Amino acid sequence: MTPFTYARAGDVPGAIELAGASARAKYLGGGTNLVDLMRETIEQPEALVDVTGLSRTIEAKEDGSILIGAAVTNTALASDRTVRQRFPVLARAILAGASGQIRNMATVGGNILQRTRCAYFYDDAAHCNKRVPGAGCDAIDGFNRMHAILGGSPACVATHPSDMCVALAALDATLHLAGSGGARSVKLVDFHRLPGGRPEVETELEAGELIVAIELPPLLCAQRSTYRKVRDRSSYAFALVSVAAAIDLGDDGSVRDVRLALGGVAAKPWRAWQAEAALRGGPATEENFRAAAEAELAGAAGLRHNTFKIELAKRTITAVLSELAGSVA
Amino acid sequence: MHFIINGKQVEASFDLRTSLLDLLRDHLGLTGSKKGCDQGACGACTVLADGERINSCLALAVQYQGRSITTVEGLADSGKLHPLQRAFVEHDGFQCGYCTPGQLCSAVAMAAELERGVPSVVTADLTAETIVLGHDELRERMSGNLCRCGAYNGIVEAITETFGTQPAVHEVAA
Repeated sequence: MTPFTYARAGDVPGAIELAGASARAKYLGGGTNLVDLMRETIEQPEALVDVTGLSRTIEAKEDGSILIGAAVTNTALASDRTVRQRFPVLARAILAGASGQIRNMATVGGNILQRTRCAYFYDDAAHCNKRVPGAGCDAIDGFNRMHAILGGSPACVATHPSDMCVALAALDATLHLAGSGGARSVKLVDFHRLPGGRPEVETELEAGELIVAIELPPLLCAQRSTYRKVRDRSSYAFALVSVAAAIDLGDDGSVRDVRLALGGVAAKPWRAWQAEAALRGGPATEENFRAAAEAELAGAAGLRHNTFKIELAKRTITAVLSELAGSVA
Repeated sequence: MHFIINGKQVEASFDLRTSLLDLLRDHLGLTGSKKGCDQGACGACTVLADGERINSCLALAVQYQGRSITTVEGLADSGKLHPLQRAFVEHDGFQCGYCTPGQLCSAVAMAAELERGVPSVVTADLTAETIVLGHDELRERMSGNLCRCGAYNGIVEAITETFGTQPAVHEVAA
């Protein structure tokens, strides 16, 4: 670990000011990813600004939306009564991730900003364009069982590891950001970037900007929602493929509304827009669910060790939608 | 910097890069908490911060100033073992013992989470007011603590006897 200074921010303007004092400052949440990356010298901040003292409130508004402070812990968000009742997919996604210990430490903001667990990114003896731009990618011809099947590039095939973000993508979440240039909002689905030729640029966050809160809009279909994670062991492992889904059915059994997102398949939580478009208004049948999955995965490309993920994703989408459509709201 | 460790007020000064685990072990002589993977994967370093279980290897000590930290050394009450510690002895909940301090701290906080109604991914009804600590719930909630000796059956029995609401069901290992 390289040396750094430490300061605890008392409020958002204070945090931005502290971070602005250094060209290599990092905001520190629970530290569950950043401390590990600093120990591996992949991250070398010269200043840490502790933002765990900022907003830890979860505010349920009258219009049905929810405002979640970025310093809320993963455990607190998954335990929140309103979230469990109205957005079960979010609670289930968070609980499917990490361990009890890590969920207690990790903040919502930090979860969104966590970096890939690609082994070549962590291994400083390997080539990685994300770690050293222009160095090459050892994953593309290496052991790539965990890697991307959607949205990858010749420069990078790493996946985003978050479960929570897959649910947030499905739920149309908006991130509220603050920086020296003022406040702005970005939809979660637009926040993470696909690698292209610049895999080291992972989000739309600008230097010194801070995630302040996450807003979930009211979403009727979220009441009938769930998250399924397929992984190599039944707990405490990253996803091979995961599916966040919400569905609302009309009286005639047709799909009135649907939200679908995939995890473990791309450098960002993958909102399944094509599948949603194929489903909306049609009959809620297993055949249609499969057809929608086929449409979404039509552009998928497997690597040497992960081609199985394409069929796995299709089957998981079909299974999750079938389960939701068959369950009583 | 000021800390509260096992109920005692402690002053310590150290390099900012020091993890809470290294502060406990190397600076304060509390070697009960163990360093297994040093990257949050094994749970051997589990301690309680204000009653909540955390991986002390991933915690920068500086971030935990003023917080109440409980380590395995703080579980016993005036030399009398915690009921969970007695149950671990009774049920052979360990072989080499390296993961045991983390297992103990983790299980104590896990029971408190259950008491507060914190759900897990295997909780069927997310809106349930109370959750029964059955076999699946227990194993899911303790998945952040690995035992490389494979003493899981004894660990599950000990935790079930202490905190469970129904008898453990043995699974035949594959």
